[in-house]
Amino acid sequence: MSNIVVDKSKVPWWVSNVIVPLVNLTLALLVSGLFIFIAGENPIEAVKLIIFGSFGYIQGFAYTLYYTTNFIFTGLAFAVAFHCRLFNIGGEGQAYIGGLGVFLVAINLSFLPIPIVWLLSICGAFLFGAAWAYIPAYLQSKRGSHVVITTIMFNFIASSLMIFLLVDVIRDTNQMAPHTVKLPEAIWLPSFEAFSGILGIKIRYSPLNLTFLLAIASLFFVWFLVWKTKWGYEMRAVGHNTQAAIYAGISPHKNIIIAMCISGGLAGLLGVNEILGVSHKIQAGFPAGYGFTGIAVALMGRNHPIGILPAAFLFGILYQGGSEVTFEMPNITRYMFVAVQGLIILFSGALENLFRPQIESFFVRRLSKEVSV
Amino acid sequence: MEFLSDIASLINSTLRISTPLVFAAMAGIFAERSGVIDFSLEGKMLMAAFVAAVGSYYLGNPWLGLLLAIIVCVCLSMLHGFASVTHKGDQVVSCVAINILIIGLTTALAAAWFGQAGLTPTLNEDQRFLEINLPFADVLREVPIIGIIYSDILSGHYVFVYLAYLSVPIVFWIVFKTSFGLRLRAVGENPSAVDTAGINVFTMRYKALAVNGVLIAFAGAHLSTAVNANFFREMSAGRGYLALAAMIFGKWHPKTALIACLLFGFTDALQIRLQGVELPAIGEIPVQLIQALPYILTVVLLAGFVGKAIAPNAIGQPYIKER
Repeated sequence: MSNIVVDKSKVPWWVSNVIVPLVNLTLALLVSGLFIFIAGENPIEAVKLIIFGSFGYIQGFAYTLYYTTNFIFTGLAFAVAFHCRLFNIGGEGQAYIGGLGVFLVAINLSFLPIPIVWLLSICGAFLFGAAWAYIPAYLQSKRGSHVVITTIMFNFIASSLMIFLLVDVIRDTNQMAPHTVKLPEAIWLPSFEAFSGILGIKIRYSPLNLTFLLAIASLFFVWFLVWKTKWGYEMRAVGHNTQAAIYAGISPHKNIIIAMCISGGLAGLLGVNEILGVSHKIQAGFPAGYGFTGIAVALMGRNHPIGILPAAFLFGILYQGGSEVTFEMPNITRYMFVAVQGLIILFSGALENLFRPQIESFFVRRLSKEVSV
Repeated sequence: MEFLSDIASLINSTLRISTPLVFAAMAGIFAERSGVIDFSLEGKMLMAAFVAAVGSYYLGNPWLGLLLAIIVCVCLSMLHGFASVTHKGDQVVSCVAINILIIGLTTALAAAWFGQAGLTPTLNEDQRFLEINLPFADVLREVPIIGIIYSDILSGHYVFVYLAYLSVPIVFWIVFKTSFGLRLRAVGENPSAVDTAGINVFTMRYKALAVNGVLIAFAGAHLSTAVNANFFREMSAGRGYLALAAMIFGKWHPKTALIACLLFGFTDALQIRLQGVELPAIGEIPVQLIQALPYILTVVLLAGFVGKAIAPNAIGQPYIKER
């Protein structure tokens, strides 16, 4: 099995970066199909429903892109920290606190010109998310507390803190349910409905909004930051080999803090989509697992923006199509798609080398044959 | 007298609440001492809770449920080993995958089989573990001091509580006094030296993971077939991570890990009691803050205010045999 030795320099890039991930994804989806079968439903019917739900009608497609927006943020968040070999699985909590940042800025500064309110709200989301990631980063770098445990604990603490704030401090006192008042309508981010009206398409409602463009911009931002700046270089150096980085005069402490804060900030941007774009208020538990899905998105996209975009889109399809499935199939709940995420992380993350040697050597042999003929 | 019985009931619930943490911490010691990171304690505990509840519901016997849970947990541990020992995948990623998979799968299957709420059916008295009253507990209750200790604190627990505290000296003995334990620790500290001595590193790590699977199954079964009479969504509530933090705080040592687990258990027992109580000078503490106490304590303990923890040397690194 592991006896196959492949000369890495002869493997074409598309084999290791496209073929192998696709094989891993296929394996994950096959096992998912098995689970759907165990739950008593027909996997092929489920696939049909997923495709119809996410592409079949314009509103469904808009939902797919709305979910994609969230997954780009949380996927990038995990990826940035991962380049420094940090497992930031606290995206959930950072997004929650980021939402608080958006809301506080937007509601207190809503008298300013609208684009400035948007800009400041985005900064608020980023800063609040970054601040929530700062403490685990500091503890990791100075005290050696493992970032996985601290970020998970910070998810629980964020959840308690937000419920406390929503119940006792910033609750809309005219309502029983724990959520805040709505932001003034003038500062809502324009949604897809407004644009589609101009294009002559009529849809009733869609959560897709301008934040989608912010997500696309974030992809470029991360690509530039990680691969084109000194910061990014130092961050990756610390991740690859901390000792060598120290010899080169790079401070691991500084880079751990920077990587985690940018990571937390990106997760915080999810709050822009959810609060400034969609619900216009903070609801209890609004990050709804997007932070965890980001892990799967990043690992599937091989932690690179070019990979994260299609991975986020695929999860958008799974989420939107999945809600169609849960609607049509009584035995399937949204938790089935949480399990699917776990399988995707397993096959494209932990077991990514399962068939890699076989696939790579197969292609190397075929390609060298073609050359010799 | 009322004060004494309050203390007694606080200690009693500390012992009960710490039980799954103790099992999980012992399970963690086996995996991590062999050099394999195990964040998947959380997922395995949840899976064990689900399997034990479903198993004893259908088979009518909690011991059979426990047996099934052990089998499934050992399989999950083997999966972790397959990914991170055999295929040298990233150990943390493997754990995260298992945790997310289990959170999804348990609730999805519970909903598919038993209805949308994601609960398993309530177990009747034959299908679950019951509290054990130690002999003479009723007679001795009236004796001062001894009565409180024996009848109110030590008696009346589920079988898992006794097993958990029994497991600590056994784990200590295995890890530090047997040749298996010596090899286990050596594999985690310096695998290439162990390999040179003719011991198979991979087999050792798989054995350690198998023991880990057995122990963590007890923690899950305790949650769903003893303390509660059914499984519900995400019922492990971060206990796997708390146990791991306790183990790190206890420096990968059974005795100190036990103390840390009891500390967590005590905080949890205390937080239940503090809810809605007016404290002098402070007033009523918000319930959310009290509920977050165990998690805050974890962060504080991990920050190592009591001394830096030193992990087994080879932890997290897949062993690659040289040719």
